[in-house]
Amino acid sequence: MQLSTKHLLGIKELQPSDISLILSTAQQFKEVLQRPIKKVPSLRDVTIVNLFYENSTRTRISFELAEKRLSADTINFSASGSSVSKGETLLDTVNNILSMKVDMVVMRHNASGAPHFLAQHLPNTAIVNAGDGINEHPTQALLDAFSIIEQTGTLQGRKVLLVGDIMHSRVALSNIYLLKKMGAEVKVSGPPTLIPKYIREALGIEVEYNLRKALQWCDVANILRIQLERQNQVLFSSLREYNLSYGVSSRLLDEIGKDIVIMHPGPINRGVEIDSDVADSRHSVILRQVENGVAVRMAVLYLLSGKKELVHN
Amino acid sequence: MQELLSAQQLSLTINRLAHQLTENGEDLSSLVFIGIQPRGTHVAKKIVEAIAAIHPNTPINSGFLDITFYRDDFREELHIPKETTITFSIEGKKVILIDDVLYTGRTIRAALDALQDFGRPRKVELCVLINRTFNRELPIQPDYLGIAIDTTPAQKVKVNWETEQALLY
Repeated sequence: MQLSTKHLLGIKELQPSDISLILSTAQQFKEVLQRPIKKVPSLRDVTIVNLFYENSTRTRISFELAEKRLSADTINFSASGSSVSKGETLLDTVNNILSMKVDMVVMRHNASGAPHFLAQHLPNTAIVNAGDGINEHPTQALLDAFSIIEQTGTLQGRKVLLVGDIMHSRVALSNIYLLKKMGAEVKVSGPPTLIPKYIREALGIEVEYNLRKALQWCDVANILRIQLERQNQVLFSSLREYNLSYGVSSRLLDEIGKDIVIMHPGPINRGVEIDSDVADSRHSVILRQVENGVAVRMAVLYLLSGKKELVHN
Repeated sequence: MQELLSAQQLSLTINRLAHQLTENGEDLSSLVFIGIQPRGTHVAKKIVEAIAAIHPNTPINSGFLDITFYRDDFREELHIPKETTITFSIEGKKVILIDDVLYTGRTIRAALDALQDFGRPRKVELCVLINRTFNRELPIQPDYLGIAIDTTPAQKVKVNWETEQALLY
């Protein structure tokens, strides 16, 4: 068994069997991470470059740790402080790095489709999308799915709610693709200005503008950050107003009185989309998600690296 | 096809191995029995059951080890990992690695590497049901042995755990 793809560009491009394979492999890596020595020699002969054209804390550290735990050699690249500011194109930068015998590229880019562009031009190098603009963030969706299975046993039939800035969130789109492929039910909730107008027609996703009703419906609530850096117009009147209408508070959860698994891809804006007491409550699996992220990324890198010989033949 | 062990012989062999493994009277709490995934787990389960029958009401440390991430042929073929269940410390213990067929020795080499990541055992020994004496590619020999057979690389040795027979093709 192996993945049907050479790259991880998005969940959209994956088969359900690919997703299952990544998640079950991640389960074994999670066990590795609990050993006294949390490192395996699998990718000893693989060099990976982490290309980050956009800021990141969790994803970057998580990928780097995953690579190190697999014994891969790693190089880190940030657009700031590089020759990008001198006018070098993305393809030139990557080709220069690859000419130094690098096997895999993990890339975050603020332009949607940047990893797809690279994959077209570099068919023999495995490309892993670590977030591209407002398109996809596939490893985040995979670790969210892993965490949902860990908490509730399955994805099949689970009711998952995505709350907040659906419009600008690549986490939302990747989650929607993944959850639908794996048989979960998905709804979104948030201010109408932050929900794509044609989400029902395009993706078959129901919208529930009333957060209380939406929470009453769901088993799992994945709360998304307001992506202020991607908004060039005023889409809601104030953060305080947003918090009052769409912030998840413990008072709201107590009133609903249902055990809902609370997730958040981070970084959290405390007091905006989620209140502190919810983020730190026993319902919250936010730090568990971060922990699972390393195992899931190890699985992705391990499964994609295996294609190396096949590609060269 | 040739039958190497019938179901009855296999059961007797497992019983003999269980006695041999515990005959020097070592405290069972200082021993760890580890079946190598995937097929060594069947042998390990049977041996642990047999030891439990000889020493009732004594806890036995046993688990499974997957060696996928430590293989030396990873670049030739992608292998999908199976479960590892070593939920106890192996530090200072005597570890007995258990597998069904010993052939090239490469699986055991990988298992020795994998084991190191769980701590430093006092001693590691190897118990196999069938030893294919030719075609070893590494200096590895069993300490406890069911049967030894001479085979050529073209032949296949398999234990069918449904009928509990060891077969040579």
